[in-house]
Amino acid sequence: MTTVATAVRAPLTTERRRHLAAATFIAIGLINIGVFGALAHAGDASFELSLASASVKIPVIRVPAAPVCYALGAVALGLGVLRATVPLRRLAKRLAIAGVLVCFLVSLLCWADAGAIPLNVIIISQGTFTESIPLILGALAGCLCERSGVINIAIEGQLLFGAFTAAIVASAFGGLWVGLVAGSLAGGLVGVLLAVFAISFLTDQIVLGVVLNVLVLGMTDYLYDRLMSTNPNYNTGITFGSIKIPVLSQIPIIGPIFFDSTIFLYITYVAIIVIQVALFYSRWGLRVRAVGEHPTAADTVGINVLWIRYRNVILGGLVAGIGGAYLTIGSVGSFIPDISSGFGYIALAALIFGRWTPLGALAAALLFGFCEEMALVLPTVNPVLPAPIMNMAPYVATIIAVAGLVGKVRPPKADGQPYVKA
Amino acid sequence: MTETPATGPDPEPASTASAAAGPAETGQVEAGQVELGEPGKPAGSRARLTGTVIIQAITQGSSAVITILAIFLALVVGAILIAFSDPVVTKAWSTFFSYPVYALSQTWDSVSFAYSQMFEGAILNPSTVSAAFHGGSIAAIFYPLSSTCAQATPLILTGLSVAIAFRAGLFNIGAAGQWVGGAIVATWLGFGVSLPPVIHVIVCLIGAFVGGAVIGWFVGLLKARTGAHEVIVTIMLNYVMYDLLSYLLSHPTMLQEPHQTNEIAPFIDNDANLAHVGGPPPQVGIGFLIAVAAAAAVAWLLVRTTTGFQFRTVGASPSAARTAGINVERSWILVMLLAGGLAGLSAATVIQGTNTQLTFNSYGTYGPDGITVALLGRAKPIGVVLAGLLFGALHVGGTYVEAATLGQVPADIVQVLEGLIVLFVAAPALIRAVFRLRSTAGTGLDAVAKGWNG
Repeated sequence: MTTVATAVRAPLTTERRRHLAAATFIAIGLINIGVFGALAHAGDASFELSLASASVKIPVIRVPAAPVCYALGAVALGLGVLRATVPLRRLAKRLAIAGVLVCFLVSLLCWADAGAIPLNVIIISQGTFTESIPLILGALAGCLCERSGVINIAIEGQLLFGAFTAAIVASAFGGLWVGLVAGSLAGGLVGVLLAVFAISFLTDQIVLGVVLNVLVLGMTDYLYDRLMSTNPNYNTGITFGSIKIPVLSQIPIIGPIFFDSTIFLYITYVAIIVIQVALFYSRWGLRVRAVGEHPTAADTVGINVLWIRYRNVILGGLVAGIGGAYLTIGSVGSFIPDISSGFGYIALAALIFGRWTPLGALAAALLFGFCEEMALVLPTVNPVLPAPIMNMAPYVATIIAVAGLVGKVRPPKADGQPYVKA
Repeated sequence: MTETPATGPDPEPASTASAAAGPAETGQVEAGQVELGEPGKPAGSRARLTGTVIIQAITQGSSAVITILAIFLALVVGAILIAFSDPVVTKAWSTFFSYPVYALSQTWDSVSFAYSQMFEGAILNPSTVSAAFHGGSIAAIFYPLSSTCAQATPLILTGLSVAIAFRAGLFNIGAAGQWVGGAIVATWLGFGVSLPPVIHVIVCLIGAFVGGAVIGWFVGLLKARTGAHEVIVTIMLNYVMYDLLSYLLSHPTMLQEPHQTNEIAPFIDNDANLAHVGGPPPQVGIGFLIAVAAAAAVAWLLVRTTTGFQFRTVGASPSAARTAGINVERSWILVMLLAGGLAGLSAATVIQGTNTQLTFNSYGTYGPDGITVALLGRAKPIGVVLAGLLFGALHVGGTYVEAATLGQVPADIVQVLEGLIVLFVAAPALIRAVFRLRSTAGTGLDAVAKGWNG
């Protein structure tokens, strides 16, 4: 136990990582074959590609369930062997992960739907976006904070406070846009608290985030009991309607998925593009990343480290607040206690899975959103699947992602370290 | 405070305890203890020194003083929240410029009523004391305190769970999931197995410990083998365990009470219930004694054993620990196993002590509260016990004040107070700024979580 060999051994080598990823790939392939393929009912799995109301109908796709599962399992196994034996480039590694995940998800769908009513791919895709919006916005908020070197566990609290404030302001003033702005500002307020305590008072950031979440949960529970439950006028449940983009929303398949949704989806598009471009292709972003990687060096060349951190943490809060507003005035309308129910934490996992980049976080958030949508849809087509077990899917997926697939994550180097000018 | 081991208020040379604490304790000062200057001064100046020590502690802000000020500040912020969500008070303030005294007196009434009700519910109700003088029940005086102890029991145990992981540098947000793991096993052993009275209790307790420990062990294993950050894994496992609990409680072949549509398990056998010490109704449950014993055991483990020393060294610096030949991965796995077990024991004290029946809502907020308790207790066993008692009192007081004000002041105010207290404790710089204390180093949280970089 205390030999020199143990003492000098690095905890995780690239070699070990490769084996771990390959083992995960192979395990997924075996599940495709042994579980989904072998247990699928006889009969075809069928997928609809257009809504009932669509003007252009696309014929239903039917595939034999078990053989497809076997084939996809074989692909995953092949990728696993490839990953274990051939040193791959970075892009190839990521494509391999994506390929294995797609194989897994399609097999899951085939197995669940074998011999049952057709699954509507459009509705599932729309649902995936519906579930993903708060995750994407939350993960983007985390990205803004953590790229500048402040760990943001308080995404959950920012979403929750945004949701509460948006609902109460929209209800009290009868204006949805006022509610949206108020929700965003509420998230920003939690961001201000995070910034003040983390940057000025040098509080441990992980502890701080958890405490802020507890505080916001208590505060919203208290105010819900005190204001909303006694006075329904403060929680009327008004929501944004869906906006069809002219022309684009008429395109088959793509139209109803991407261009027929509430304002929140379009805000999300803008946020992803703006933040990705700003972080990686602008002077602004270069400074933010410099502060997150090496604040001393950034300070030496005249960048105001604390100001950039304050600004980014608060900006992140504003973005997360919009995600919170979505939870109430963008989807269900009324606020209920603890409505964010862990979205903030999943957003955090998406951020890490997406390696602290907006596009990576987007991909991860969509994966988690898809898992949540599956948890809602699959028990309705296949009653063998108990809802509670399906509900575990996004969380189990996160654990597998963080433990098996992510590889060596490299967070911003100064992430979580307060900067004190020497 | 300086970079020497604390010697305490007693001007005798450092006791063996602080010597045994080893290098990891160097530079840290135990809660409530104050650096005094060089040890071994003449005993005659003791009284004068004690006075100096107290004044120094207050002006420089020792851990204990910071904690007390944090609680005070949280109560002030809580008072503002209570006052301004009271319609009577807000109406009075709307006429502030005409009737300023009325507005202030209404505010004072609203706040003082809420806090005094909380005190009466959790600590001591003066009316029971006067009743006892007039031939009433003396036992009734202690009823609030016994409720506080009962409420504090699971909080102390989940607090210990979080605290012991903190000492090894891990942040265990998963006490809630580990609690559920322990509760499932305790419930199953409680109603599914027939055993003689005392043995049944012990088997259930061990089962709960194991049930929680397995969940914790898995987190440690993933961290050690794959580098998965324990914060993410524990959060996700919490949700997995909630869903598992929901599944088990909705199938009669699993844990559900037969002929039930609700998610509820059968009552556990009377044999498996934890007994109470002392007569009814003010009494202290065996559960509370288990919690205190567990705190003592954790303290002993951390301070007196090689394993505890390894935990603390790993917590201080994993790379230094590795260089020194400590198996860091083994420490992570072991400490998470113990943390999970403690959270499981917390479930046992609830299932076997106060509830005797597992429902989907049983897990309550024991997990998150464990984090706040551990932070307030500065990840030290004695601190955790005190913090657990404080939060237990707040919980009892919160329920009492909600009933006393007919829902005007919801019990959720307690959650806000807890969050504020820990927020202020975690930011001693803020407390120093607010109360104009002189700045010294070393009284922040000893418990710090490691960032994503490990």
